[in-house]
Amino acid sequence: MHNFAFHRPASVADAVKAVGSASDGKIIAGGQTLLPTLRQRLASPSDLIDLGAIADLKGIKAEGDGITIGAMTPHAEVASSAIVQGAIPALAHLAAHIGDRQVRARGTIGGSLANNDPAADYPAAALGLGATIRTNKREIKADDYFQGMFSTALEDGEIITAVHFPKPEKAGYEKFVQPASRFALVGVFVAKTKGGVRVAVTGAGQEGVFRPKEVEAALANFSADAAKGAKVPSGNLNSDLHGSAEYRAHLISVLAGRAVAAAK
Amino acid sequence: MAADSGTATGIGASPKRKEDFRFLTGRGTYTDDINRPGQTYAYILRSPHAHAEIVKIDTAKAKGMPGVAAIFTGADYDKGGVPCGWQIHSKDGSPMIEPPHFPLCKDRVRHVGDQVALVIANSIAEARDAAEEIDVTYKELPAIVSTGAADKAGAAQVWPDAKNNTCFDWHIGDKAAVDAAFAKAHHVTKLDLINQRLAPNAMEPRAAVGDYDRATGEYTLYTTSQNPHVIRLLMGAFVLQIPEHKLRVVAPDVGGGFGSKIFHYSEEALVTWASEKVRRPVKWTSDRSEAFLSDAQGRDHVSHAELALDKDGKFIALRVNTIANMGAYLSTFAPCVPTYLSATLLAGVYTTPVIYAEVKAVFTNTVAVDAYRGAGRPETTYLLERLVEKAARETGIDRVELRRRNFIPKTAFPYQTPVALQYDSGDYEATLDLALKMGGWADFENRRAEAQKRGKLRGIGISTYIEACGIAPSAVVGSLGARAGLYECGQVRVHPTGSVTVFTGTHSHGQGHETTFAQLVSDTLGVPFESVEVSHGDTNKIPFGMGTYGSRSLAVGGSAIVKAMDKIIAKAKRIAAHLMEASVADIDFKNGEFTVKGTDKKVSFGQVALTAYVPHNYPITELEPGLEETAFYDPLNFTYPGGTHICEVEIDPETGVTQVVNFTAVDDIGRVINPMIVEGQVHGGVVQGIGQALLENCAYDQETGQLLTGSYMDYTMPRADDVPSIKVATHSTMCTHNPLGSKGVGEVGAIGSPPAVINAVLDALRPVGVTDISMPATPHKVWQAIQSAGKAKAAE
Repeated sequence: MHNFAFHRPASVADAVKAVGSASDGKIIAGGQTLLPTLRQRLASPSDLIDLGAIADLKGIKAEGDGITIGAMTPHAEVASSAIVQGAIPALAHLAAHIGDRQVRARGTIGGSLANNDPAADYPAAALGLGATIRTNKREIKADDYFQGMFSTALEDGEIITAVHFPKPEKAGYEKFVQPASRFALVGVFVAKTKGGVRVAVTGAGQEGVFRPKEVEAALANFSADAAKGAKVPSGNLNSDLHGSAEYRAHLISVLAGRAVAAAK
Repeated sequence: MAADSGTATGIGASPKRKEDFRFLTGRGTYTDDINRPGQTYAYILRSPHAHAEIVKIDTAKAKGMPGVAAIFTGADYDKGGVPCGWQIHSKDGSPMIEPPHFPLCKDRVRHVGDQVALVIANSIAEARDAAEEIDVTYKELPAIVSTGAADKAGAAQVWPDAKNNTCFDWHIGDKAAVDAAFAKAHHVTKLDLINQRLAPNAMEPRAAVGDYDRATGEYTLYTTSQNPHVIRLLMGAFVLQIPEHKLRVVAPDVGGGFGSKIFHYSEEALVTWASEKVRRPVKWTSDRSEAFLSDAQGRDHVSHAELALDKDGKFIALRVNTIANMGAYLSTFAPCVPTYLSATLLAGVYTTPVIYAEVKAVFTNTVAVDAYRGAGRPETTYLLERLVEKAARETGIDRVELRRRNFIPKTAFPYQTPVALQYDSGDYEATLDLALKMGGWADFENRRAEAQKRGKLRGIGISTYIEACGIAPSAVVGSLGARAGLYECGQVRVHPTGSVTVFTGTHSHGQGHETTFAQLVSDTLGVPFESVEVSHGDTNKIPFGMGTYGSRSLAVGGSAIVKAMDKIIAKAKRIAAHLMEASVADIDFKNGEFTVKGTDKKVSFGQVALTAYVPHNYPITELEPGLEETAFYDPLNFTYPGGTHICEVEIDPETGVTQVVNFTAVDDIGRVINPMIVEGQVHGGVVQGIGQALLENCAYDQETGQLLTGSYMDYTMPRADDVPSIKVATHSTMCTHNPLGSKGVGEVGAIGSPPAVINAVLDALRPVGVTDISMPATPHKVWQAIQSAGKAKAAE
């Protein structure tokens, strides 16, 4: 790890200021990706701005037709929240299966969505549920937010403050883990919403999280068997040591079916 | 067996481990915990390329960085290369090719992670900062990493002297007799196999602290080693030319080795050498990424095997051809692994009368390969048990019955195999019968049918194995190419008050010697378990030793302690005879008491010990005071643990996921000192075997030679939820040639299990038409196998 200056502002405004005045400032929102990167000397920011002391960014509340989760809420808190378990059990289930106990204690929803790792779990929930990403500047629809792996609609100086999830009629999440890292080799989030069935896939796509239209089309009636029958093209899927694109395509259909069967 | 962790402490009891308090409470002293006054920190700049010429190294800027004490490159290093400890001769009598292995590369790097520069600074952060400023100009060269392709035309050449990358081309057995037997075979089963490369992954990464004392001219090396005396010999005599009396090697608490900490590594030589250059202690600690690029790896054999059977299913001949990957350099024991630790076991537990094996060792642009838990025996067991399984399928003979028909009967011991070894004892039917019973073999089909209802494919697999360990008779291994003896040393020091310190040349890095050896000594001398301390790991404390590997600690090291205790008891009897005014011939020793035959006279072991050190009433003209004895024990033969492993799996055909749902291990390991520790050793070995069968793989990019599985993001270690609760039992016949009757247990789990797992996977996949799969049988691979079998079926 190289040396850096460390800041722990008490407000979003101060955080924005600190980032702006640093020569190469980086926000840390749990650090479950950033810290290993720093330790391997793959990044060397001049300044780290820790959002951990900003009280406004924490907490879970029911709001309107759904729930709102503060950006600095750790995964473990989402997993054990009665509000989340009551409104969107699939989201609590997803949070309970991110990484390991240590990761869930430190990692945050805002950090995960800002990083947009192509194998992260939260992007699948946000896209699958049609969430709204709230920042210090604006609100962004999930459909507009994810722009390719490690790439989002966030601009310089823009910080996620909260995420709003509309309550679906039913939703489910199934993850097939890459055996070594236990990140999602393929993760499929399915949701039956007022606006129709939404499906989001993480882990498999070359451009990060995406909505497989073949599966969404097959799922008009939200039937598990129909999902398993959907043929997903493998052309834009990842291929590596742990799974070919064809395998990932197959798993998307299988997992979509299982997610539908398990949906609550 | 039920592990009894009650209060009993004798042989056969399971007292809690003496060492666990310090391990479980974080109070162990590992090499990285050792800090010497004025210590510096070393960082090793490693090659990013698999194969390249070093055109130029510019260290000027780096040397000016804050905190830097020195930077050394290959041009600065003025001592010897790291030697190989075993010499193999090829078929034509020529010795193996032994390329030089300097701790810092002179002009060429030969694998990713090869050592280019040593940076020494006041802190590790400063050393790393400086290393980033070293400017190395490389000219990249084509690389070869494939085991099977290394000796083929057009492959990149790793060493100029090793034509076709061949280190040696060795053979064993009677080729003519094997050819003749195959000519009259009723059936021949053929199989191609890959025993994939594994990374050892000890929990504690390697570390070394070199400390040169100008006042005495003495060097001390603290290192993560399984055998400090071997390191003293190899590094002192061959690399740095430091005589034994000026070199102390300490291997303190060591967190796992699995073989990877046997070998003398160049980092050990570098910190020792550099500590004299910079006149300060030098510490190097590997991080996990560095371990993947520098710890000797395991396995990596490509084999073709053929088994000839007669019309009754009797094995009449076996023919094997193996290519073994040595990596870029020859590690300490590398050449003996695919040869004398592997091909010599090809008889297995069977009466195959003639066997011929060829083994070619090749160099590649990869990390060196050497012994890893089981070392050669897992490779052979996997080959044999896959081959026998396939022969059963092809001939239609039940797979258990086929094994029984070919077992060496228990009446046939000692049994001379056609590949050099003579097995001393065993009862293969007994371990098989017990395993079949414990593993529920007879009613398996019910479980298969039940699983089928749930959409799962269930399978059961078996492996009946033997291994050779208790390494090893010195004269035998010397004639086979070993450059050292493989005896062991034990010293027993009885203190004046009757407590005992035992010094052993073996080394415990998790095995529990401090407990097992204390049980042995306590039971034999009749002193309390708590009064026995076991010391190991320091060349200044221990008279001599060859260390721990090849499941040798109890069979060889324990036997040395027994021999030393024999001497203690013999001397103590003479003291007791004097005290009781009796003839030595009339003295009996039992339960810590010396008695005179036919009388009620007795003295305790403690009284005798005190008398030995306070010799007021003592036979001083015929006996020296003191009660301390040293013994060296050189075994007469290898030991031959064996047994049966049964594995049951369930496969999800939709995803290809294999879950091990049952595992039974019944092993014949000779006399057991501590059943709880035995169970733990079997558990650990079986988990590593399941890891090899289903999860682990060291994969290199075939073009660039980059290690693709260089972290736990891609290298799959077994985790708790990958393994079932393992059923363990022992059914022992005694080793006939050592005083304990013990055979060794450290490696059996990793040796017997992989073929049991893969045979179970193939049994599960048979209904869907899959007949072969390679390790590791990952979900992706299983799914692909099911798909291709389905396509093949559809095309019919």
